[in-house]
Amino acid sequence: MSRARWLGRELGPPLVGIAGAVVAWTILAATTSIPSPAAVWSAFVDGVRDGTLPEAAAKTLIRLAFSFAVAVAIGTSLGLLLALNEFARRSIRPLVVALQITPFVAWVPLAVIWFGTSERAVVFVAIVGSFPAMTLATLQAIRQVPPAYERTGRTMGARGWPLYRKVIFPAALPGVMAGLQQAWGFAWKALMAGELIVAAAHAGLGHLLDPRGGVAIPTVFAALAVILVIGVAVDYLLFGQLDRRIRRRRGLVVEA
Amino acid sequence: MAETMQAFSSQLPVPVVPKLAVRELVMTRRTASRETVTATDQLTFEVATGEFVCLLGPSAAGKTLLLNVLAGLEMPTSGEALLDGHPIAGPGPDRAVLFQEPSLFPWLSVRGNVELALELVGAPAGEREALARRWLTNVGLERWADAQPHELSAGMRQRAALARALAADPDVLLGDEPFGALDAQARELLQREVERVWLEAEGRKTFLFVTHNVREAAVLADRVLVMSAAPGRLLEEFRIHAPRPRSLDDVLVGRVVTEIHDLLMREVDESVAREMAR
Repeated sequence: MSRARWLGRELGPPLVGIAGAVVAWTILAATTSIPSPAAVWSAFVDGVRDGTLPEAAAKTLIRLAFSFAVAVAIGTSLGLLLALNEFARRSIRPLVVALQITPFVAWVPLAVIWFGTSERAVVFVAIVGSFPAMTLATLQAIRQVPPAYERTGRTMGARGWPLYRKVIFPAALPGVMAGLQQAWGFAWKALMAGELIVAAAHAGLGHLLDPRGGVAIPTVFAALAVILVIGVAVDYLLFGQLDRRIRRRRGLVVEA
Repeated sequence: MAETMQAFSSQLPVPVVPKLAVRELVMTRRTASRETVTATDQLTFEVATGEFVCLLGPSAAGKTLLLNVLAGLEMPTSGEALLDGHPIAGPGPDRAVLFQEPSLFPWLSVRGNVELALELVGAPAGEREALARRWLTNVGLERWADAQPHELSAGMRQRAALARALAADPDVLLGDEPFGALDAQARELLQREVERVWLEAEGRKTFLFVTHNVREAAVLADRVLVMSAAPGRLLEEFRIHAPRPRSLDDVLVGRVVTEIHDLLMREVDESVAREMAR
């Protein structure tokens, strides 16, 4: 298959979806007070020119990278602990589930009280909003490893840590990948909520979503568009590709 | 000192310790409806070093459970399972297992699977690749060494699993109906492969295969142990002296097949009658 045709097949359907959304948006903008795509586009261009958007995006991405890394570190190690130890699982898992179903916005006021309107408050919200998903996904991934792999590994002489390192972890990898993807979405959303409410003084993309701070409505939409594009791009290009590669290698179903 | 000991001991009639032994083994298991069912009952038999034994019986005779006990994956309810005269405490690379599903690790290449087996028994990193390739060549998979397991046919996967099992140089190879899921041709090819590998070991390797295929047992085994319907007891034992490599056309093999077949049919009939009478 030629590269052009491959691109067409890969990108065609999403582009049709985006084009449809823009058309619907244009119609909606003509009949309501929502800014038109053209107004948002020029706000975007202005934002890029005067540096506010790139600056905000950079700040946000640094916060995100840090929070996500911490959430993944906590989530995978806690998930592993819960998978290995039944007492830990039975005592801690309900708490993690409780955290998971707590709306992350609820953490914002508390974070402000604990950390002030600081960088730490925002990062705290993003971490608390995403590590439970990572923990539960890791736990699930390890517990769902087919028993046949474990038995085979044990008859091959693997015990204890080598059994985990050589058999259980690799077998659990697709499930952990799904957890990463999910935790990424949660971290992104929680960070936006945090930035929107807390970080008025610490510009980020979330801050640009708040018209009360004097941000023009088209700029709000431009910031929202940037948030969506970054979020989707990382999801598709990073996690999506990794996930596909792992699945293809193992002969598992690769979803389009 | 060691030499005198050896000289001394060689003059005494040393009792030969069987490679594998099962004594008055009872295995119970819980069914889904929480009943306790006796799977094997007072089972006793031995397998000598270098012997090829097939364990044959109707389904649910506790054959798989028994094999798991010998593999060290499960503990007997009562009685004992011995390896070289010592109770089996857990699994180990000295007893490789071929399961019905080849269970190759899908995240590793075919060669990677064999190399992992070598790694787990401490083969030096520099030698693993060459050793793995040799074993894969031995089972006719040299061209598939770098393929992923899912790219192989079912028969080839089981051959790869055989290479992986033998790479660690186990004393014992346990097979839990390893050819049960294969088509007739693949099955026959693998039987030959297994027989050849066993012959090449020249009496150093002990094979114990569980099967419910009478012909398979008669072609492969020095000795066929026939188990009863559940709860599994030893019903009868057949020694097969036909020359190897064997074929089903061998008159001796054919006769044993008929005999075992009749015995099994009677046993199944009687067990059904027993069930009906309850």
